[in-house]
Amino acid sequence: MIEVDVQHRLGSFDLKAQFVSEGRVTALFGRSGSGKTSLVSIIGGLIHPNRARISLDGEVIVDTEHNVFVPMHRRRVGYVFQEGRLFPHLTVRQNLLYGWWFTPAAQRFGQFAQIIALLGIGHLLDRRPGSLSGGEKQRVAIGRALLAAPRLLLMDEPLASLDEARKAEILPYLERLYDETKVPIIYVSHSVPEVARLATTLVVMTEGRVVAIGPTADVMARLDVIPFSNPVEAGAVLEAEILKHDERFGLTALSLCEGQLWVPRLNGHVPGTKVRVHIRASDVMLSTRAPEGLSALNVLRGVVTELGPRCGPILDLRLDCGGQAILARLTQRSVESLKLAPGTPVYAVIKTVGFDRQTLGAASRQANGADTTAIPI
Amino acid sequence: MLTLTPEEQAAVELSLRVSVWATLTSLPPGLFVAMLLSRGKFWGKSILNGIVFLPLVLPPVVTGYLLLVLFGRRGLLGAFLADNLGIVFAFRWTGAALACAVMGFPLLVRAIKLSIDSIDRGLEDAAGTLGANSAWVFVTVTLPLILPGIIAGTILSFARAMGEFGATITFVSNIPGETQTLPSAIYTFTQVPGGDLAAIRLTVIAIAVSMSALLASEAIGYVVGRRIGVEG
Repeated sequence: MIEVDVQHRLGSFDLKAQFVSEGRVTALFGRSGSGKTSLVSIIGGLIHPNRARISLDGEVIVDTEHNVFVPMHRRRVGYVFQEGRLFPHLTVRQNLLYGWWFTPAAQRFGQFAQIIALLGIGHLLDRRPGSLSGGEKQRVAIGRALLAAPRLLLMDEPLASLDEARKAEILPYLERLYDETKVPIIYVSHSVPEVARLATTLVVMTEGRVVAIGPTADVMARLDVIPFSNPVEAGAVLEAEILKHDERFGLTALSLCEGQLWVPRLNGHVPGTKVRVHIRASDVMLSTRAPEGLSALNVLRGVVTELGPRCGPILDLRLDCGGQAILARLTQRSVESLKLAPGTPVYAVIKTVGFDRQTLGAASRQANGADTTAIPI
Repeated sequence: MLTLTPEEQAAVELSLRVSVWATLTSLPPGLFVAMLLSRGKFWGKSILNGIVFLPLVLPPVVTGYLLLVLFGRRGLLGAFLADNLGIVFAFRWTGAALACAVMGFPLLVRAIKLSIDSIDRGLEDAAGTLGANSAWVFVTVTLPLILPGIIAGTILSFARAMGEFGATITFVSNIPGETQTLPSAIYTFTQVPGGDLAAIRLTVIAIAVSMSALLASEAIGYVVGRRIGVEG
């Protein structure tokens, strides 16, 4: 468990953040300039805060009131930087073993071979960082941080400097990270799909303040949080179960909200596997009557529960579909012509093509069942 | 014509000895001052900066004279060092080494300081989060990364020492076998009738030594640069 209460002034920027998380993967989420990076730098010990109290599993690492400031090299908090920051004068192997070497034998955990295998970097060991691709560098940086046996792993936008293909290459490794190492993670990001896929707890920040905190699905379903995230990507995060595969059309059926959702075939996963689905609000249409003659495959029944604030011509709505929340984005005009209000029964139409591979992730971190596995995307 | 007279040979040997000593002894303080000037935040930093770089802009004769005043037999520091530690600079080869060290110091500090300035400090932070304290960070990250600067500074300072003339001759005079370095010897030979051949021989040697130093610095810089990934 991590408890953070920080007050710090950086020029004209005022950081005043407080949160407690027991989550396995806690995402600090917000637009650039919201203070996320400053906050993790303080947790990591890179910045000496004006006033703060931070504790890790009950052990106080910073308490300005009592003059406690554990220096970063004794904090055992791993840090994966946005740009990797591998040592250019050392080989990949020497980079990986750097922190390992400074860790007392009794505190070490995880075998070198195991972490190499987890991150798929065995073939890079004798190379130098200069010759690695961006994705490879980040995997080595993660391995290096893990081999220093951290009690907490901070990841500051580790994918931000990578292109989409490299992101897709690393995400599966990140998904498995907690399950295989049991090191809690604080993950800084401004990307909705990344957070939807990885985080168990979401801390939403804006202008140096925490505006929302809670389980990822709950926070993502809140209409009042959308303005602070990325409105284009905003949408509900839901848990679904694989029902069956359709070989002829290359589709997979998921059970969701007492209905079915067809998505492009998820290879290599047996029915019963739990997955996490991110449905963008902008991919959801609403109808007050059962739609017919529609090309969209996915129609879920639900009830409008909340109308968000109007933002230009559009507004966001929350629906309850069999106990799970779905967000939809409509124009004000449609809302009025359909006479939508809390309590109105509706049909939510979700386009199958609205699911890109990024928005589908394994839910193994949330599911309790032992039979869940990660989906290679 | 290529065989050296004992006097010429003594000058070459003396110059090499003086330069090696001047360079090696100024390296640790040079590294320290470069760190201080690059990273330190303290009152009087620009004054320290001025003092370090002064020999670069002062006439060498002035530097030599100041050394004579300070480190001569009756100089402020010279008397103290001679009485308490038995170290004498005046009219000894050690004095020549001191003069060369002082003259080369700005070049050494400047090269090292530039490479410290250009280090990505994020790498040092990264080492800190991995458990290295500041001493280990310096040895395992900072030092290897500024190695090209240290080598460049060392070579420059060595070359400067090989060519130092004004401050040396002012401070410790021109005593054959004791303080007559290569440049002093060349100067002496040009002043006596029939000394041209000796002067030319020593000039060839001076060019050879300086050229080798430059080539060595290129070669070492290339190897080190490749090791730390600067060029690849």
